[in-house]
Amino acid sequence: MSKKEWPLWEVFIRSKAGLNHKHVGSLRAADAEMAIDNARDVYTRRSEGISIWVVPSNQITASDPTEADALFEPANSKIYRHPTFYDVPDGISHM
Amino acid sequence: MNKELFEYVIRIADDSLILGQRLSEWCGHGPILEEDIALTNIALDLIGQATNLFEYASQIEGGDRNADQLAFLRFDREYRNLLLVEQPNGDFGDTLMRQFLFDAFRKPFFERLIACTDLQISGIAEKSLKETKYHLKHSSEWVIRLGDGTEESHNRIQNSLDSLWRYTDELFFENQVDAVLLDDFNFPKLSEIKEDWLKNVELVLDEATLAVPDNNWQFKGGREGLHSEHLGKILAEMQFMQRAYPNMEW
Repeated sequence: MSKKEWPLWEVFIRSKAGLNHKHVGSLRAADAEMAIDNARDVYTRRSEGISIWVVPSNQITASDPTEADALFEPANSKIYRHPTFYDVPDGISHM
Repeated sequence: MNKELFEYVIRIADDSLILGQRLSEWCGHGPILEEDIALTNIALDLIGQATNLFEYASQIEGGDRNADQLAFLRFDREYRNLLLVEQPNGDFGDTLMRQFLFDAFRKPFFERLIACTDLQISGIAEKSLKETKYHLKHSSEWVIRLGDGTEESHNRIQNSLDSLWRYTDELFFENQVDAVLLDDFNFPKLSEIKEDWLKNVELVLDEATLAVPDNNWQFKGGREGLHSEHLGKILAEMQFMQRAYPNMEW
């Protein structure tokens, strides 16, 4: 018996209105419609979400782990990029 | 007690219970992980519907038997489910075709049942309808993909359809129970539902490139307790625990 695997899909779930879709995992499905159905069954059965995105895994371009040093190291020494050098005036809430 | 109303509720409950039990046989055996979860999710929805309905049936009966006793301690002749839902799972296509033919009936049935004058039944119908809409979407998508898939999947699911078609007339079976209740409770007229059912079924089968069987020979009997050989085996497995260890709980 020949065994052909269905394409892999990455699943993103929006947990509630106002929040962004977050990557939750991946699954296999024959097409986009079925990927949504499968994602509903696999990833939202405990009321985890109100919206689903699926993206074919092979459409994702990822950074190269071996280049991590070059990509991410330089940011470590630049603490001034964090907005932590300001005094928050009295009376400003929700900061 | 209103004997007809009890029987009416038991019919719906038994359809959900027996199909739920059947689908749960797929647990751990699905063709892929995603479908294993999908089928058992649907099984759980159906068992949940049955639980609500048995609880209400128990009330109607006056509390002589609770929901578990109704589910686990009746004999096969007392079950009122359709012959369709007790048919064996067969292959994945057989299971999905059985599910599709049933879901396509359940959706318009619950849609109309919401308008009945019994608030408990109306409430259960409203909750169950949401689940049923998804079940129908799921089974329709699969019927379309298997029918319009490869030559092998097409031939196999056409066989499933030809074989299960003989159990579809029973979906619209009515007897004196309906005659007594229909007007008082504003329950759905099954002849009207048949039109909706056929229209939707033909639409999906057409997209699936499947042919509606022209064989008109039909089985019936489930609604009056006359079942196929398969129900006894389902009950043997389902009821074993309660019969071997009466009143056990866990």
